[in-house]
Amino acid sequence: MDIKSEEDLVEAVRGTDGPLSVKGGGTRGFAPSGDPLSVAGLSGITLYEPGALTMVAQAGTPVAEIEVALAKENQRLAFEPMDHLSLLGTKGTPTIGGIFAANVSGPRRIAVGAARDFLLGVRFVDGAGAVVKNGGRVMKNVTGYDLVKLMAGSFGTLGVLSEVSFKVLPCPETEASLVVHGLDDAQAIAALARAMGSPFEVTGAAYDPAAQHCVIRIEGFESSVSYRMQRLKELLKNAGGDIAEWDAAASAKFWAAQRDVAAFAEDAGDVWRVSCKPSDAPMLAAKAGAEAHCYDWAGGLIWLRTATGTDVRARLGLFDGHATFMRGAEDMRKALGVFQPESAGVARLTAGLRARFDPRGIFNSGLMGAAQ
Amino acid sequence: MEMPKPDKKVLSRKARVVARLQEVLPHSAVIHDERETRAYECDALTAYKCPPMVAVLPQDTNEVAAVLRICHEEGVPVVPRGSGTSLAGGALPTADCVILGVARMNGVIETDYENRLIRVQTGRTNLSVTGAVEEDGFFYAPDPSSQLACAIAGNIAMNSGGAHCLKYGVTTNNLMGVTMVMMDGEVVEVGGGHLDAGGLDLLGLICGSEGQLGVVTEATLRILPKPEGARPVLMGFDDNEVAGACVSDIIKAGVLPVAIEFMDRPCIEATEAFAKAGYPMCEALLIVEVEGSEAEIDHQLSLIMEIARRHNPVELRESKSAEESAAIWLGRKSAFGAMGQINDYMCLDGTIPVSSLPMVLRRIGEMSEEFGLKVGNVFHAGDGNMHPLILFDANKPGDLELCEAFGAEILKLCVEAGGCLTGEHGVGIEKRDLMHVQYAPADLEAQMAVKDVFDPGWLLNPAKVFPLDASEGRRAPALAAE
Repeated sequence: MDIKSEEDLVEAVRGTDGPLSVKGGGTRGFAPSGDPLSVAGLSGITLYEPGALTMVAQAGTPVAEIEVALAKENQRLAFEPMDHLSLLGTKGTPTIGGIFAANVSGPRRIAVGAARDFLLGVRFVDGAGAVVKNGGRVMKNVTGYDLVKLMAGSFGTLGVLSEVSFKVLPCPETEASLVVHGLDDAQAIAALARAMGSPFEVTGAAYDPAAQHCVIRIEGFESSVSYRMQRLKELLKNAGGDIAEWDAAASAKFWAAQRDVAAFAEDAGDVWRVSCKPSDAPMLAAKAGAEAHCYDWAGGLIWLRTATGTDVRARLGLFDGHATFMRGAEDMRKALGVFQPESAGVARLTAGLRARFDPRGIFNSGLMGAAQ
Repeated sequence: MEMPKPDKKVLSRKARVVARLQEVLPHSAVIHDERETRAYECDALTAYKCPPMVAVLPQDTNEVAAVLRICHEEGVPVVPRGSGTSLAGGALPTADCVILGVARMNGVIETDYENRLIRVQTGRTNLSVTGAVEEDGFFYAPDPSSQLACAIAGNIAMNSGGAHCLKYGVTTNNLMGVTMVMMDGEVVEVGGGHLDAGGLDLLGLICGSEGQLGVVTEATLRILPKPEGARPVLMGFDDNEVAGACVSDIIKAGVLPVAIEFMDRPCIEATEAFAKAGYPMCEALLIVEVEGSEAEIDHQLSLIMEIARRHNPVELRESKSAEESAAIWLGRKSAFGAMGQINDYMCLDGTIPVSSLPMVLRRIGEMSEEFGLKVGNVFHAGDGNMHPLILFDANKPGDLELCEAFGAEILKLCVEAGGCLTGEHGVGIEKRDLMHVQYAPADLEAQMAVKDVFDPGWLLNPAKVFPLDASEGRRAPALAAE
């Protein structure tokens, strides 16, 4: 069915016995079986107040359209959502609803928060076909339960987003990156921790072992960026490597590639994404024994490229965090599970919420630990 | 304001419940004498009082689990309590409830500078979390006005904010993990030292759930390196609308202040009479604070003042020292006390889109005339979070009710303007019956469905957040089952 309005969405949900495969642009690589239900037809920015740093858009609005509108006012989606097209080899148009449904956040997440931290309000259609709204378009709102957070990162398993309102931020005047070359994994993560523990407002902290680049980004007014660059250089002069500086253009180029994990786009193999405590990262990367790996979020995020069919979770064992199977053969992703299995208590709550929001089990069955 | 009638069957079993609680807690931690339970009869919404049947003060997660297991088996409602500083009545007891106070659980479990986190027991006060890390150059960002007294447990329950959340976010943006005890005594771990949930964002759901989903006993909090320095600029305008436009222009310019505070004329006048901070007598006053090194602060303040000058301020006062900063903040920080000198007051907490500030202030002024009650406005202008303070006389019959009616009208206005009923205080009992204004039945149903999953018997803080008529069918079966 061609969804052009929220009413169409309600009708589509009420009129089916499922299962439905809910998607925005279908670019994020989560494709549960079922009749496709796309909100791509629900498109358009409904409200934009640059002075209040807020935007409201229908869920199927292309991310590109939103970025163009924001750029005109020198603003941006500060959580720096990655584009999955090249890494996953998917086709389609990324949508704003997809970004929030998958809680997609990039390198700047460590400084400003995740997509979920920017989402202010939602409208969605639940599994019974009821339209539910939660939150609003103001930045501070504790009126009732925060279903906004619950919907962010729920991958369409609780309801289908029809409209999202979110916070945006001004673009900084400039950026630059400090690069420490020649460190090993443990030294690099320690250097990133030192930078993150400084008051110099680091907005990106990554390490690429292949190039041996430990990269630290700072953004803001020109004079402030150069001041903080000097201070960070002093801070890291004994880190063990050679220090260099990338100007705005070189810095932007690196972080765009880092955001989209461009290093793994060309090569074959499975891709895993591990969220962990930064200081555990070198140990976990060693345990994973991947063909290639790189770190973001000062170590809090590890990207792994492994041989086809590797059960990364079995190699990592129990740790503070979770591993997501991002790219691989569909049968392997089904067999191993895309998402990390949850503890019994959390799994019971998750199952309970799904049963209440989608009593017929029609949305994206098989995703996020639920039975097929 | 109504509370459900206490369940006589529960009251009749008081002795048995007390005896069972004394089996799992030291006797000093089970308070059941009527003279002593009175200490827990209210929180900071002092207009409403009701001593609980029993109050317990467990000291760790295991004791909390033991208490909840007993209350679950006995069908006794439980009202969790942090430090009792809620302005919304979040910790108001019912006569048949057990108050579960976390005050004895105030330890630091772990500080981890490498990963920039601290793990604490949730009875620890907000300010003492920063106290535990500040010597090493770190701080915990959310800073509610009550931070000297309020507990992390209550901050999590209400998703508390503060003056500096424009830059650093509120509790939910700084909470990484919790240990939570479910009503049936099961202990659940959510989140931890890593970022973002693997599955559904239960952490985001728990934060702000007003103690209705579980009792959070331990929390992992994000800590941040302290900025090198901070300084404010004070500016006065002779028009609210102009002050609002100035806020908007500052935000658009790409400066990210840590705080933009707003006071209107009634509030400035009261504050001046009380604190003598030397504020200009004008319609609207803004305090804008920025952070960084001295040079960075100078640069940002110069940009902000350049913007302000375009709006013809009647006063523009840049702080050049710690003393001048303190003087600028003095009035703002004593605003509540100043209003309290004049009379009793009720503090509201609605949020509005920044663009509708002039309209909302004009309407509040008109309503003030209609109700015959004075109101002053203090406002976190950067994020639209208003704190209108309505003055009334608690000793004058009918004045409290009139004040509440006025407050309700202001909150309805906030919703009409595209905002919400509460920005950082929570719903509690205070805004419970106004939830219909902001939410349709299906919206409330979806929220109540969450409570059904976490607390199927509706025993945790049951008479809060949702209008009593909306939650009645859910609360009743639990009692009827006895």
